Amino acid sequence: MGARKESILMNVNLKVKRFDPGDSEGKTWWQKYKIDIHEGSTVLDALIHVREYEDTSLALRCACRASICGSCGMKVNGNAKLVCKTRIVEVSPNGEQIIVEPMANHGVVKDLVVSLDTFFNQIKRVEPYIQADHVPEKGEYIATNESMENLLTAMNCIMCGCCVSDCTVLEVDDNFIGPAALTKAWRFVNDPRDSKRTDRLKDLNDEDGGIWDCTRCMQCVEVCPKGVAPMDRIMELRESTLTNGLTNAFGAKHANSVNKSIKHSGRIDEFRLPIESKGYFNIKGIFSLLIPGLRMLIKKQSPSPIHHKNPNQSKVKNIFKNFEENK
Amino acid sequence: MYEHDILIIGAGLAGLRASVEGVKNGLDIAVVSKVHPIRSHSSAAQGGINAPLTDRGDDWEAHAYDTIKGSDFLADQDAVEIMSREAGEAVIELERMGVIFTRGEDGKLGTRAFGGQKIARTFFVGAITGSALLHVLFEQSLKLGLNVYEEWFVTKLIIENNVCRGVVAYDIKNGELHTIKAKAIIMASGGNGRVFEPSTQSLICTGDGLSLAYKAGAPLMDMEMVQYHPTTLARTGILLSEAARGEGAYLLNSNGERFMEKYAPDYMELASRDVVSRSEQTEIDEGRGIDGNVLLDLRHLGRDYIEKRLGYLQEVSLEFLGVDMAKEAVPVRPGMHYLMGGIKTDLNGLTEIPGLYAAGECANVSVHGANRLGANSLLDTVVFGRRSAEHAIEYIKSIGQNSKSENDLKLERKRLQSILDRPKGENIAKVREDMAVNMTKGIGVWRDQKSIENALENLKNIKNRLPNVSVEHKGKFFNTNLIFALELEFMVDNAEAIIHGAITRKESRGAHFRTDMPDRDDENWLKHTLVYHDVNHENNVRIETAPVTITKWEPEKRVY
Repeated sequence: MGARKESILMNVNLKVKRFDPGDSEGKTWWQKYKIDIHEGSTVLDALIHVREYEDTSLALRCACRASICGSCGMKVNGNAKLVCKTRIVEVSPNGEQIIVEPMANHGVVKDLVVSLDTFFNQIKRVEPYIQADHVPEKGEYIATNESMENLLTAMNCIMCGCCVSDCTVLEVDDNFIGPAALTKAWRFVNDPRDSKRTDRLKDLNDEDGGIWDCTRCMQCVEVCPKGVAPMDRIMELRESTLTNGLTNAFGAKHANSVNKSIKHSGRIDEFRLPIESKGYFNIKGIFSLLIPGLRMLIKKQSPSPIHHKNPNQSKVKNIFKNFEENK
Repeated sequence: MYEHDILIIGAGLAGLRASVEGVKNGLDIAVVSKVHPIRSHSSAAQGGINAPLTDRGDDWEAHAYDTIKGSDFLADQDAVEIMSREAGEAVIELERMGVIFTRGEDGKLGTRAFGGQKIARTFFVGAITGSALLHVLFEQSLKLGLNVYEEWFVTKLIIENNVCRGVVAYDIKNGELHTIKAKAIIMASGGNGRVFEPSTQSLICTGDGLSLAYKAGAPLMDMEMVQYHPTTLARTGILLSEAARGEGAYLLNSNGERFMEKYAPDYMELASRDVVSRSEQTEIDEGRGIDGNVLLDLRHLGRDYIEKRLGYLQEVSLEFLGVDMAKEAVPVRPGMHYLMGGIKTDLNGLTEIPGLYAAGECANVSVHGANRLGANSLLDTVVFGRRSAEHAIEYIKSIGQNSKSENDLKLERKRLQSILDRPKGENIAKVREDMAVNMTKGIGVWRDQKSIENALENLKNIKNRLPNVSVEHKGKFFNTNLIFALELEFMVDNAEAIIHGAITRKESRGAHFRTDMPDRDDENWLKHTLVYHDVNHENNVRIETAPVTITKWEPEKRVY
């Protein structure tokens, strides 16, 4: 682009994971490209250069080059990134090989192009549109600016799929609604104009693959190129379900049990925790604990039924007190 | 063969707004788009959307006047009137659909100032207004269950008995070619920024729809009107919204002077875009620039304010140039940004081809004339997206069944195969770059007879090279190599129309500033230029002109 032509060239080594659905065996392969490109270039600049001048069969998506359209999510050296805003010096400070792969947890269409079906099917699950019972007779809804600005963190999401790619839950459980869609859900739950807040929370709380399936690994927060921090949104949703009296889900009961036992004794009561998470009156649920319980007993891994208090329990209580007062 | 009542080409704001209208009316609507709707270039709009809301003490006439003055009196005033009158409703409708507009202290929608307007009437979502609007319209399309031919590329319009009845489209994912028939087609395919290098526009903005309509016989109007945005980031050319200046940023030259004082003492940095871009270029040309740039200074706004109201600008500046706006002034320069010209339509979006409508950047109603005001493009998309659908809904009531002919499909299949069969020849990217760099040289912020003629000469050369452009990759799946070859042909048509528009207009008006004819000439050129593709004319180009509609505002000297 324009002025860049006068700048200095640098050598870039790319190793790109390839796949062609036309190949009858469906195999993937690695291909290496060595190119010279202007200093200050991004990984996208390098890939475009390859596609234009080195290997016109390489498929990738890109459009705006300015981190707003969300087309160019890919794995770079193992983590999902928006390659238009990933400078080569960041990922290859000393000219190391740059490994580029399609995003994970998405089907691959060709090379670096992934299917968007997984992503948008997750989005559709949270009814991603405003549902308002009350429509003002004239003009706009009146709402405080703070309540709207609060939603902007989620509006910064450009649906690039990076968080979904690197989500460790989706890796093992493709039923999880996923970080991007839950962020979308958060945006509507907290929109003062939306009338379905309670229903939405209830669904997110009850649904298989809902908010309680997140393992808080932080991966989505790390890789989100737009600072959306999906996991924080999921945690806020959990809190909202609890403050709305939705304490019935396994996750909610689990959280309450942990909270209660630490507050009470300064440590987690590991014997009660699984039982309380299932619920005392949940006969079937408790029954399901028997087999893993027995196994743990045989391997001598079973927690003691007698719960010992933490000797510093009063300090822990103070932490709780401080937290609750300053909430 | 697929069939629908109305087929919309493009899934940006104009296309989605049109679609929503159609589906709400119970019709069988489909959208065909070469990218997923969310990836459309509408997402890149930053600053906001204009609307004169009466309960804010504003009125449509004030907005219309600013728009017309901004257009250097080339806009059709009846079209502007419609846009200004319908703006308020359009913005409120978007808010009710779920857009999270920034609000004022009274809890109502808040505004910011924008260029060429004395009243702050630009509604916005931080500096991501386009993205916020597009996402909400996309949400509505999910709610309504809109059919989308996602990543399908339209190669040809089907014209039967002079009426537009469908398209031939290529499924990028698997390389299959299909016929999609409809009783009406709405072109909403966006701009053509890739005809120039550099440009703020997305890599997908290749003027496809403009070329399709042009080749089908519809005239392209005022194509010489190409907007250079005053603040594109040094080095990469990425857009930095006018919102920065709307929020109070200064433009400084190398002496640290707010040079706009000299050029637009009243409006300063918020003069019309063409005026500000020319002022910057003058400073740079006269040696008061810094490495071909001027400085955009936001430091006095403070970090908090910048991050809250202009967060995306700070992100772009930091990540793409390494400049922290709160600490340093940002080097910027004028860059190609928007096409005011486009497929000529009437007030309802109808082109000169029955059955073919156009809306958004690819269309020219004309509301932007020779220079578009910032934040009027989003408004244009939603107002005329809806209007074109409304009119198409009426139009198709009298339209009979589609023919079963798949003649065009056969012809296109042959044509695409012949492109794939070409022997190894010219590189697509190289040809495009040669064309685009030259377009910027010839049809830039300044132009004159010689620069335009040079551009034409070069384009002839490009056209000669075009049949030798080869598609090396022959695969069926996601063959972007083939797509780029098709896009290149579209871009060359666009360049042709732009150059012919520029060579025709013998005056300076708005964005079309000829150093050899620096004055506006209302006597001879208060009219639109029309470029037709016509095989019976020299070079297959026929030029006509059309009158400008003047209703209330007589052309006057344009001073900011």
